[in-house]
Amino acid sequence: MTDITSGEFPSSIRRVEFDSAESKARLRGRYKSEARFKAYGIVALVITTSFLLALLTSIVSRGVPGFFQNYLVTEVLVDAAKIDPQGKGTPEALRAGDYSAVARAALADAIPGINERQLKKELNGLLSSGAGDDLREMVLANPSLLGQRIRTPLLLADQADIFLKETESAVRVFADTRGSATPSATTGDITILVSGNDFADDVALIKAELVNSAVALEKNIALRAGRGASAESLADLKAQAAELRQRAAGTASETLDSKTASRLVAINGGVVKVKEMTPTSVRGDVIVPLTTTAEAAPGTWQIRVYDRPEADRNMNDRAATFLEQLKSKGLIESKFNWAFFTRGDSREAELAGIQGALVGSILTLLVTIGLCLPIGVLAAIYLEEFAPKNRFTELIEININNLAAVPSIVFGLLGLAVFLNFFGLPRSAPLVGGLVLALLVLPTIIIASRAALKSVPPSIREAALGVGASHQQAVFHHVLPLAMPGIMTGTIIGMAHALGETAPLLMIGMIAFIVDVPTSLTQAATVLPVQIFLWSDLPEPAFKMKTAAAILVLLAVLFLMNGISIWLRKKFERRW
Amino acid sequence: MDMRPDPLVMMTSSVQDQAPKPVKVAAKNVNVYYGAKQALKDVSVDIPVKAVTAFIGPSGCGKSTFLRCINRMNDTVASCRVEGLIQIDGKDIYDPALDPVQLRARVGMVFQKPNPFPKSIYDNVAYGPRIHGLSRSKAELDEIVEHSLRKASLWEEVKDRLKDSGTGLSGGQQQRLCIARTIAINPEIILMDEPCSALDPIATARIEELMAELRSNFTIIIVTHSMQQAARVSQRTAFFHLGILVEKGETSQIFTNPTDKRTQDYITGRFG
Amino acid sequence: MAGWYALLILALLTAGYVISSARARSIAGGNYAEMHSLPAYHGLYTAALAMLPALICFLIGSQLASYFATQTAIAALPGDVQNDVLKQGAALREAFNIAAGGPINSSSAEIQSAAAGYASVLSAGQWITLAIGTFTGLAGLSWGLSRVSMNFRARNGFEKLVHGLLWVCATIAVLTTIGIVFSVVGETYRFFFDPAITGKPTVFEFLFGTEWNPQAALRADQGEIQTAYGFLPLLTGTLLITTIAIAVAGPLGLFSAIYLAEYASPRFRAIAKPILEILAGIPTVVLGFFAALTVAPFIRGWGETFGLNVASESALAAGVVMGMMIIPFISSLSDDVINAVPQSLRDGAYAMGATKSETIRQVILPAALPGIVSAFMLAISRAIGETMIVVMAAGLAANLTFNPLEAVTTITVQIKTILVGDQEFDSAKTLAAFALGFVLFFVTLVLNYIALKVVQKYREQYD
Ligand SMILES: Nc1ncnc2c1ncn2[C@@H]1O[C@H](COP(=O)(O)OP(=O)(O)OP(=O)(O)O)[C@@H](O)[C@H]1O
Ligand SMILES: [Mg+2]
Repeated sequence: MTDITSGEFPSSIRRVEFDSAESKARLRGRYKSEARFKAYGIVALVITTSFLLALLTSIVSRGVPGFFQNYLVTEVLVDAAKIDPQGKGTPEALRAGDYSAVARAALADAIPGINERQLKKELNGLLSSGAGDDLREMVLANPSLLGQRIRTPLLLADQADIFLKETESAVRVFADTRGSATPSATTGDITILVSGNDFADDVALIKAELVNSAVALEKNIALRAGRGASAESLADLKAQAAELRQRAAGTASETLDSKTASRLVAINGGVVKVKEMTPTSVRGDVIVPLTTTAEAAPGTWQIRVYDRPEADRNMNDRAATFLEQLKSKGLIESKFNWAFFTRGDSREAELAGIQGALVGSILTLLVTIGLCLPIGVLAAIYLEEFAPKNRFTELIEININNLAAVPSIVFGLLGLAVFLNFFGLPRSAPLVGGLVLALLVLPTIIIASRAALKSVPPSIREAALGVGASHQQAVFHHVLPLAMPGIMTGTIIGMAHALGETAPLLMIGMIAFIVDVPTSLTQAATVLPVQIFLWSDLPEPAFKMKTAAAILVLLAVLFLMNGISIWLRKKFERRW
Repeated sequence: MDMRPDPLVMMTSSVQDQAPKPVKVAAKNVNVYYGAKQALKDVSVDIPVKAVTAFIGPSGCGKSTFLRCINRMNDTVASCRVEGLIQIDGKDIYDPALDPVQLRARVGMVFQKPNPFPKSIYDNVAYGPRIHGLSRSKAELDEIVEHSLRKASLWEEVKDRLKDSGTGLSGGQQQRLCIARTIAINPEIILMDEPCSALDPIATARIEELMAELRSNFTIIIVTHSMQQAARVSQRTAFFHLGILVEKGETSQIFTNPTDKRTQDYITGRFG
Repeated sequence: MAGWYALLILALLTAGYVISSARARSIAGGNYAEMHSLPAYHGLYTAALAMLPALICFLIGSQLASYFATQTAIAALPGDVQNDVLKQGAALREAFNIAAGGPINSSSAEIQSAAAGYASVLSAGQWITLAIGTFTGLAGLSWGLSRVSMNFRARNGFEKLVHGLLWVCATIAVLTTIGIVFSVVGETYRFFFDPAITGKPTVFEFLFGTEWNPQAALRADQGEIQTAYGFLPLLTGTLLITTIAIAVAGPLGLFSAIYLAEYASPRFRAIAKPILEILAGIPTVVLGFFAALTVAPFIRGWGETFGLNVASESALAAGVVMGMMIIPFISSLSDDVINAVPQSLRDGAYAMGATKSETIRQVILPAALPGIVSAFMLAISRAIGETMIVVMAAGLAANLTFNPLEAVTTITVQIKTILVGDQEFDSAKTLAAFALGFVLFFVTLVLNYIALKVVQKYREQYD
């Protein structure tokens, strides 16, 4: 473009040019920064979304197995001698019976021949301490079962349950063995000689593992040395690395310990845990007794490998073997865990359920909604319709806005100091929890209700006043009903908030370990989020799983509540 | 009030400098739609260079819409669709190869409501030169700012408070600031959409004076609801009605001797 | 007892309404147009007059009864128990338990007699309350009845009562604040100045002390563990986690808001906004679980690959997840303020030939700055007051450090730790939690108040 310069315009004031290289480069630069800026927005949204996805997948993957429970389903002899030795037949006597012993007997029948005390203990450990509970209920309901044989599910202990659910603890089986194997005995510490060198690969693998660990250790040493770690703190590690290297180089039989992958040999109907191995022989302890010491032909015996070292597992090789044995006999069944919804808390993960927490949450929320819905709506009506414009009204409004941002834990302090210590209300009670949560969500409800009242056009009010209604009649007969959907939406959102709230309830002691399902407002109780908090603190992996499952229940309820509020909003949405 | 130029004098003067001027903006068969609704129907008009052209017409007839087509501001309205040909200096401005950002640097715009950026007066004026890279040094930028403010006859009022916020000025000053902001990038065309509707008569008179002055450097298109203003400041006038360009021509001719009945009704105040 | 009382109030309400409205109807004799108020209003008015005194009697009477009953119980306890606050509390709890029908076994004779005294005084007090309540209620009822007439403005009277009720409801917000101030300020004052509390710090020690250890030695063999109430490590811990959270949520929330407000198509918005809302609706206990179980090990593992020593309860894990919590907060508030920037400013910038990002960066954001700043302030106040995430993912160790890979503790974590579990109410340790609560309340209040004022100013600017 030509510059249309006039006398008045100083020549220094340039004009945007289209065709000059400089201007083109500049424009390219500007569009690059435009694209970059837009990309920031997309990246921010992608990161935020992936946060959410990571959260949900982490919880769903942990939590879904928690809704299922593994049972030992086997023939149970409902032994009268164990349940009702005196033969009284009264409900009290039947209730007091030793049903665990009945369950253990059934388990012993399922894997016969385990007599050694330690092994017996491991085997019985597979069953939950509450394995007899369902049996007890069955017998109480139907005493004629006494003395009969019935096929019924027996609850497995949490560790067994978790072991069955975890994929990384799965066993790898090598069935195409090349040589024939001869065991030296059927029980105890035995040696198995193999004609092919079936264990050569394994030994090589172990040596390679040793080298790997040594390399990792040496890397670590170098790293620490670089960051100025003292020589003596490294000496220990150096020695370890040297030992690993030495073992890897040697030809002596390899010892397996709890830090390496476990290897077992299944032969002649029994299972042996390997302690030492050379390419052509292994030594180990019998877990499940062998039937004979006869030579096993190639392919009739197996090598089983647990890649996860015993030290990293909650189940040792013996218990795992028993479990595997039960599974191979088809006695293990996974069922939907209804008990999770019908049981209270327990110290045993497999017995713990969320019913107590659910009922506690419901009772607490009943108190909350019973208080804050009327108070919130009436307060909103006052502020929106009747309040004079003065200092005090202003104070109330500032107060409501500020309370909405006060940390929830401070409401807990209020509950502790005022409701518990001043008014002497009972600790841990849904009544107090509900009171505290009511104060907590009151600002939300007032603000939402005011917005709903405000959205009703003044013409409605004027129409009512025009036919001679009083101000209150106009509000209660006409404005309030029209504002109700908006108020309900706000209330549901407030309740969802209250349902997920934890911190203030900890302050008023709703953190106690409570087994019973609460039945009154003043009884000690816990609520769902607090139950989640309590379980999440426990070390057992089974409780972590239950925590995630309880979270899924909580999230489902919250989504449901939010869904209802969205539906309400859509359905009653009105454009004036 | 005495500052206001006598409309009659203005008119006669515009009649006098009647030398045929080259066309700056040429529109041919322009149709504009907002969604399904058609806002402009088959508008064709030539706008001469270095003159003031006024668009008049009743509210909602599409004056602003047409004005916003000339610098492609309508691109920012998602529902808006423009058909037809609009050329500046013979080049199609809706050519996909042409960049609206650069186009707008050549076609400045002043809005109905003053909209200074929430920045200092200096930064308001320096904004355009900065984003388009029109100055090479601070001194140069200072010069552009001073010159633009002088041209917008605002310099004397603000020269001591260039660092103050632009939003702190009076309405009339703000509007002149917006004009200064626009001329700082030295556009070829300045579009003004009812630039005086938010201003009092004195401020209006100053802006009108400004337009008369700017006419020697810029091609100006102004939308106005005031017949007197159109008569005072413009050389050519176009009358829109219900999305149709009804009549266009020399301002003196439109006001004294309109050919169309609707134009006549409008300028005599019978509707609109 | 409360059941009887509920019954009484219900009876008074029904009687008041039924009798009074019937009387109004008979007085009117069908000529309701002449009557000032409809019979229903006469009924409502009398019902309210009957209920109110009974209700007030109940509220006052039940408190008085339990007060006198407690005094009786204390008097029955042995002298040494009476004088020791802790023992007295324990003994009273036991007595209350027995009085409420709990098991008597293994309680001392004094406690049993205290329980008996408590129970008898309480029930006597409650019966007296019931009697007075009935009497005053009936008095209110008859007074209301006597006022029924053609000209009596029952509707106005009733509406006045309703108006009073509305006012009381609105005032609850103020009462809540007073309650909070009463509980935290009172206990905080005792923490610093009550001579009966041993082992308490001075205000100076509290504010500038660098060591926090409210747990004194419990047993002799644990050696000399001195309590210390230096607030600084908690402050730095809280600030560290808050800073990390804002560093995560600030850019993410702001850029999300900008994209949604300025670039996104309506359809994209309709999908993306609910995602942010879901994030906002996730309870913090869930986020805490995620932080402790997924994010913390992840960060630890990630640190290990770089040869860094990351604490298992690092500030980073808690901070990142807390940032996640406040992203929707920042983005929705920023979205609001960006949308409130008038279109004319955007037009002005576009007409100058600015690109979209130039318009946003140089015009919209500066214009929206006050609103965005206050959004950040509100977010900071959220982060400071957040409890569950830090309780579950940050540690208890009061380290004075700014290293995000180390474990730190926060104000809220310490409040929770001190107050959960067994607590004696009159120890410096318990009161320290209230002092921390006071700090928390004060800081968030100030942040929030300023933020609201800024937003208000900003709204006025563009209205
Ligand atoms: N963003 C938009 N979306 C939809 N329709 C629009 C939009 N902007 C303008 N319109 C419609 O286009 C038509 C022309 O509007 P325009 O603003 O051009 O009128 P105008 O002549 O400038 O009126 P006024 O003198 O009142 O400013 C009107 O009917 C208007 O409703
Ligand atoms: Mg217009």
